[in-house]
Amino acid sequence: MHIIEKIVRERILVLDGAMGTMLQRYQFTEEDFRGERFKNFHKSVKGNNDLLSLTQPQAIAEVHKKYFEAGADIVETNTFSGTTIAMADYDMQDLVYELNFESAKIAKQVANEFTQKEPHKPRFVAGAMGPTNKTASLSPDVNDPGYRAISFDALRIAYKQQAEALIDGGVDLLLVETIFDTLNAKAALFAIEEIKEERNIDIPVMVSGTITDASGRTLSGQTAEAFLISISHIPLLSVGFNCALGAKQLTTHLEAVASRTNLAISAYPNAGLPNAFGVYDETPEQMVKQIEEYLQKNLVNIIGGCCGTTPAHIKAIAQAASKFTPRPIHKFEEVQ
Amino acid sequence: MNTKEQKYLKLSGLEPLVITPESNFINVGERTNVAGSRKFLRFIKEENYEEALTIARHQVEGGAQIIDVNMDDGLIDGKEAMVKFLNLVVAEPDIARVPIMIDSSKWGIIEAGLQVVQGKCVVNSISLKEGEAEFLRQAKLIKRYGAAVIVMAFDEVGQADTFERRIEIAKRSYDLLVNKIHFPPEDIIFDLNIFPVATGMEEHKNNALDFIEGTRWVRQNLPHCSVSGGVSNVSFSFRGNDVVREAMHSVFLYHAIQAGMNMGIVNPAMLEVYDDIPKDLLERVEDVMLNRRDDATERLLDFAETVKGIREEKKVDLSWREEPLQDRITRALVKGIDEFIHDDMEEARQQVSKPIEVIEGHLMMGMNVVGDLFGSGKMFLPQVVKSARVMKKAVAYLLPFIEAEKDQVSSSNGKILMATVKGDVHDIGKNIVSVVLACNNYEIIDLGVMVPPEKIIATAKEQQVDVIGLSGLITPSLDEMVFLAKEMQRQDFKVPLLIGGATTSKAHTAVKIDPEYAQTVVHVNDASRAVTVVGDLLQKERKEAYKKLLKEEYKTFREGFLKRQKVKEFLTIDEARRNKFPIDWKASEIIKPNQLGIQIIEDLNLELLQPYIDWTPFFRSWDLHGKFPDILNDEVVGPQASELYNDAQKLLQKITSEKLLQAKAVFGLFEANSVNDDDIEVTVRSSAFENFMFRTLRQQSKKAEGRPNIALADFIAPKTSGIQDYVGCFCISVGFGADELAKTFEKQHDDYNSIMVKALADRLAEAFAEYLHKEVRINHWGYAVQENLTNEELIAENYKGIRPAPGYPACPDHLEKVTIWEVLNVQENIGVSLTESLAMWPAASVSGYYFAHPEARYFGLGKIKEDQLEDFAKRKNISISEAKKWLQPNIAD
Repeated sequence: MHIIEKIVRERILVLDGAMGTMLQRYQFTEEDFRGERFKNFHKSVKGNNDLLSLTQPQAIAEVHKKYFEAGADIVETNTFSGTTIAMADYDMQDLVYELNFESAKIAKQVANEFTQKEPHKPRFVAGAMGPTNKTASLSPDVNDPGYRAISFDALRIAYKQQAEALIDGGVDLLLVETIFDTLNAKAALFAIEEIKEERNIDIPVMVSGTITDASGRTLSGQTAEAFLISISHIPLLSVGFNCALGAKQLTTHLEAVASRTNLAISAYPNAGLPNAFGVYDETPEQMVKQIEEYLQKNLVNIIGGCCGTTPAHIKAIAQAASKFTPRPIHKFEEVQ
Repeated sequence: MNTKEQKYLKLSGLEPLVITPESNFINVGERTNVAGSRKFLRFIKEENYEEALTIARHQVEGGAQIIDVNMDDGLIDGKEAMVKFLNLVVAEPDIARVPIMIDSSKWGIIEAGLQVVQGKCVVNSISLKEGEAEFLRQAKLIKRYGAAVIVMAFDEVGQADTFERRIEIAKRSYDLLVNKIHFPPEDIIFDLNIFPVATGMEEHKNNALDFIEGTRWVRQNLPHCSVSGGVSNVSFSFRGNDVVREAMHSVFLYHAIQAGMNMGIVNPAMLEVYDDIPKDLLERVEDVMLNRRDDATERLLDFAETVKGIREEKKVDLSWREEPLQDRITRALVKGIDEFIHDDMEEARQQVSKPIEVIEGHLMMGMNVVGDLFGSGKMFLPQVVKSARVMKKAVAYLLPFIEAEKDQVSSSNGKILMATVKGDVHDIGKNIVSVVLACNNYEIIDLGVMVPPEKIIATAKEQQVDVIGLSGLITPSLDEMVFLAKEMQRQDFKVPLLIGGATTSKAHTAVKIDPEYAQTVVHVNDASRAVTVVGDLLQKERKEAYKKLLKEEYKTFREGFLKRQKVKEFLTIDEARRNKFPIDWKASEIIKPNQLGIQIIEDLNLELLQPYIDWTPFFRSWDLHGKFPDILNDEVVGPQASELYNDAQKLLQKITSEKLLQAKAVFGLFEANSVNDDDIEVTVRSSAFENFMFRTLRQQSKKAEGRPNIALADFIAPKTSGIQDYVGCFCISVGFGADELAKTFEKQHDDYNSIMVKALADRLAEAFAEYLHKEVRINHWGYAVQENLTNEELIAENYKGIRPAPGYPACPDHLEKVTIWEVLNVQENIGVSLTESLAMWPAASVSGYYFAHPEARYFGLGKIKEDQLEDFAKRKNISISEAKKWLQPNIAD
């Protein structure tokens, strides 16, 4: 059993907050994004946050450090878009391995420094695997519902490449996150299982979906419970939800899943809903008030923040979480 | 909170299906199986996937909890058909809510199916037929894809046909799966082979019983697994005799379920209720199933002869036609069925002394029900408009009889004049409000579009109307409305004035219109509110109080609004210009268009536009609010939205295939530079060089630190930079033919489709603008050759560059259209003209500019000050008062 599987039974683990929100504060220009290495790259790369792991590694490390200082047990690598599929927007498919490998290395190094300082509170790195910008079970063309912009195999191959690089770079676990189309996630899980078999290794996997509308469905139309059933065929560390609606709206979906699984439950909502200017403006105090409801209801094992959250939010969340016991996880019955 | 996880078979489509001991029996639909349904096979062969989907939908509506999909046929490319059909199935939420059983004897087809379904499926099936290695390889992949599996009782030797062989193979399969590859036992389903009975062959006599006993053994000895089977096999020898077959299925299931069969492929239409089987038939069927007597088969055959062919065909349910007349009329109105309305009108007319009584009695009673349902939110606008269609047809039928009597008494609730104001051509909203008010028994005098104020005033007097309703979509219409209010005041009108249309607002109504007219002015922006407002305005006892209340409400609103307004700070135009949008022109890559000059598209194939349609505003125009396609599944308005969408698709197909609308466009790309801060100088090289000026307006409100005061000219390189830049402009229209088509429907009393035509033309026009913009970006200008955006991303405007339109927030100045018309020679080239208010005719048209700079973005001009107005008038060489007239809504008070 991986050590994190043991710790998650003992206390509520805290995940980090938003990377993008923190990077915005640096106000990096096109030149900053390019750095020396991509000075003459043929395309604009401003906005390619994953690239900053190569061109501004000190900023990425600094953000990780701030989150660990705020009390996070786990930070996510800066690899949300680190697949050939998502990187195609920038013509940077060839960099995928390096982006993931370096991102993992940066995060792991910061984590190791903290673990050394505070051995009683080991820090972990989760390799973030985003949803890509394509959907395997939805047509982007309203008039051709049978059309698909991406295949399962293309996703599987892309995810496999990302996961291998993350593992090579030293991540402690993998996090398949912000799942809006369950089929994409199934391709990622398929790829992870292949790697586990080929390398004969075991690595904990977290799965986190996103519920995008008030009707309580994923973008691809599944209810929270149907989503849970669809991803439960792989051994997982945790299942949960992130992003989308704020903490308040997430409660019912967490309840729906928590009552039906023996997996650990994770939640990392946005800092509320974006206001009229597209800014997430829920304060740490407001957010923690919502999150305390999960804690009181004993709904979660892993808690953190998504869009709009900052070290201040994570600090407040970590303080709140420390006052509660985790949701009990029963051991799986062994298959006979 | 935490419950112990039970080892139940859990499947999922969009919704979960958890099979517990209490689930009794899970019914798998079999009609989407080319081996099970000849009709389905035909549809797949003909690639008629739409009809094939209908079969799937019927299955789910009919109660199938899982649908079995099978494409194994020699004449079909099974893999391709499986993928294509499943991709379509998952796009239909009312089908995809249930889990899918991927059924094939070929592993390649199964795997292709597993790769396109997000939910947890069932694979049907694998077996030991080709040995342990292949069996385990497939099972391992199935587990990795996250599916459950049906294991056939089949091994290297052959199919299990006795009790002993069934349990032998089941046990061996189970042990391999669970122990060797840790396949979850709850995800294993055994198909223990259902074979026919009563075939006349001795060795088949025990077929049903062996299955039932095998099932019992498996459920008792192999923990957590399920048992399934294809039930119709059992009655194979009685094909063509449905009475006997239905009884056989029912009896077989009765016993098999008791033994533990918890899932199966059953056609629910081929199933008799066990208790409803006649005693004599039941006895003979049970004798066969349970192999109770030697002559069981002969006795059942004898019985079968007596019941052959007594089953009659099922018909469309028209039982409502048996109900009393009034109920039929009400139903026809509520459901919008016009098929029988003439017959019912004739019958009603015979029952009354004067034909007008049918309108006042029967029809009004029905429409009151419609009104009540609409008022309480149980009916939706598209349905009400369909009701109105039936109503109109009914009245049209009665009219000749009423006129023959010549003693017509006006019995309406009141007369309402409706008009789209001078210079404006948009009337979808106005037509909807008219129809809904007509449904509520108001007499509507609809003066149409572009109605001059004199005509409104004259008609109102002559017809002694009770209410005047004005509509408009473009901003100059707002001033027309103010003008009309002033005129009504001058002529001492007393009737209430209703204001509606896309640019109107309560704020504008309260601040600009209400003070000009001493009587009631109300802003009404949706049809359902129009009914209650007009009702209250004309209600004898309460109307005075209501009017007073409205007047006060608008006064309070106005004062509050004006108070808030005052806090805004402005810059002088010079200050604003110093704070322009900063672009580093030296660092910008400016791409020269591939093709400079003017191009014309004469008649674009409408099919090309369909992928670009943004449906969300289409639903909004029908007062159905929500994002497409989610709105189709909305809990409240979903069914209506879907119906509306289907009707729209039908009409759209008709328009496309019969070419009922023409899509034309003219566009041009030109050398350009910005000059004097806010102007764009355009060079058109035709026969001679000709220069034109686009005059843009600059944001003037004081911005937060670091935010620019933008004008469109900021996105074009200034002449002083010495860099040659470019700009484009365009006008497209899909309106040619729309009016004629709408009128044809109106003649048939079909307001529903008449409104639909215009709503669709508007959508197609927007789609055309989107399409052309893309063509320009990728081909004609070619600055975004690499672009690859989905329709959603297009609608979300994720592309580089912008296409702002005069009359919209970035350039509210409609006068700019005149310049575009000159530059592109629009009227001559494609026949789109400008009205006196500078609305485009035909209405379904879009015009605007193209800006290519990656930093170019949409913005709202907001309010401007007097100094910019004066400067603008001077640049444009018009009087200040004329400039004021055109820019009125944007001038700060």
